[in-house]
Amino acid sequence: MGTLAEQILSRAASRPVRAGELVEVIADRCFVPDDTIALVMHHLKRAGITRLAAPERLGIFYDHFAPAETVASATIHAAGRRFATEQGIAHLFDVGDGISHQICVEKGLVRPGQLAFNADSHTTTLGAAGCFGTGLGATETAYVWATGLIWLRVPTTLRVILEGRLAPGLDAKDVCLTLLRELGTRAAVYRAIEYHGDGVAGLGMAARMTLCNMAVELGAKAAMVPPDAVTEAHFAVLGIARDESWPRIDPDAEYERTLRLDLGSLEPMVAGPHAVNRVSPINEVEAPRIDQAFLGTCTNGRIEDLRVAARILQGRRLAPGLRMIVTPASRAVHLAAMEEGLMRIFLDAGCVVTTSGCGACAGLHQGLLGEGEVCISSGSRNAPGRMGSRDAAIYLASPATVAASAVTGRLTDPRTLAPLLETMT
Amino acid sequence: MILSGTAVVIGDEVNSDLLYPARHMGIPDPAMQATHALTGLGPEWPGRVATHRVLVAGWNLGGGSAREEAVTALQGAGVRLVVARSFSRLFFRNCINNGLAAVACEALPALDTGATLTADLAEGWLDCAGARFAVPALPDSLLEILRHGGLLAQLRAAA
Repeated sequence: MGTLAEQILSRAASRPVRAGELVEVIADRCFVPDDTIALVMHHLKRAGITRLAAPERLGIFYDHFAPAETVASATIHAAGRRFATEQGIAHLFDVGDGISHQICVEKGLVRPGQLAFNADSHTTTLGAAGCFGTGLGATETAYVWATGLIWLRVPTTLRVILEGRLAPGLDAKDVCLTLLRELGTRAAVYRAIEYHGDGVAGLGMAARMTLCNMAVELGAKAAMVPPDAVTEAHFAVLGIARDESWPRIDPDAEYERTLRLDLGSLEPMVAGPHAVNRVSPINEVEAPRIDQAFLGTCTNGRIEDLRVAARILQGRRLAPGLRMIVTPASRAVHLAAMEEGLMRIFLDAGCVVTTSGCGACAGLHQGLLGEGEVCISSGSRNAPGRMGSRDAAIYLASPATVAASAVTGRLTDPRTLAPLLETMT
Repeated sequence: MILSGTAVVIGDEVNSDLLYPARHMGIPDPAMQATHALTGLGPEWPGRVATHRVLVAGWNLGGGSAREEAVTALQGAGVRLVVARSFSRLFFRNCINNGLAAVACEALPALDTGATLTADLAEGWLDCAGARFAVPALPDSLLEILRHGGLLAQLRAAA
């Protein structure tokens, strides 16, 4: 048995493996987003690979710049479509379908116990579904597509025990930012994280995805929530039942370190500008006027996030001179938001709603920042230049904080705006 | 496997958004990528990197994005060895799998641009600032990848 990482990588290596071992593993899934597909195709061609090892395990996602914002991007999209058809690649999620990680969990493209790769660092998100998900570069992705295999070091594991319940107005993003404040960006490098405790048991799949998503900001190779009743309910809807391949908590597993966090003690947090671990309670930050609020991303673009923001924006208007961009994480999220009436709330408040995908987060399209501008984002990264100008400042916060700040025009504790929110689960 | 050269020095927490901004992704040629190397730190950096064979960094080099251009743009600029106090796992993997030698040395002293460094990745030592530091030797399987010039070159050689 062992840690979740040891259980999953033992199956993928076809032998029992322990933390620290360098192993060759078989990939259950290996995906590529549009910002890397051109490089993967280039590498495969140069390596003389004409047939892929296991096209039924592969997928391509158009999320980073869809619809295409340049001729070059459109040409990449077209080449990817041809390649997917020629090679019989199982999945091509096209313009408007949404962000890879969101689609993978939403549609059950990955399952508990699987080893999934994607040429994107936020693949750790998949751990919410009990899957070992991790990022790869383009060269090693091309290698997996050619051979089905890759080398990995089996990581040691940090166990993070979450206790209690979040206060109203807080959500999983505040947990992530608190962990970044406590641990910094290096605590989990080369390591896996497992989230345990009654605190995580009380969180829904969306909140778990946020937790696992930002684990990569702590440096983690993978982050996982051991499958439980919430996981079973999520997959039951997709027609997938628990079986012996799902990993379980092993009471004898060896963890490198165990940390505890009392969720009830947390406050709304904000990170930034310029570093993800520059984190403070929102009430301690002196922030300038905000020019852009951004709600979306693989971190916080789910229907649960949009609901929280809509409750704050209902009957209110954006602060004068401030723009707010709402980018649903997927087509399904967009549709649900329409059916629930959230889109009317966003549009009435003065927001812009864009095509599902990564949106403004990667600074490629749909809402770049100009020189000297300030953005509050529900995303996960805030390096200088990330969303446009190197002279712009990005603050990261929860969807509730983003929406509250969009109403006032300054960083705002969402608990100060009625109605007080229910804890997001 | 011994590598040597003069260094260009950067600081701690230089992540992949700073090493290679996302808007320059999609260019396959490392020599072209090199014109954008480190431009997240400022437009003067491609010129600074181009005159040295070694990049020296502090803690957690290459955190964040999986984009391998953060590595291959350095190769395009002529960098043959990266030394850092520590690496993000994705940056380290991208180094090895693209054939760029990477050495982690937690005890790395403060160095100025122009300092000469020499490292032996098989034996596990690093010479700089008049001292020798023990560093983790690379496992044979990873040295083999480096000797071939990367994972795909190794695959081609095996075919």
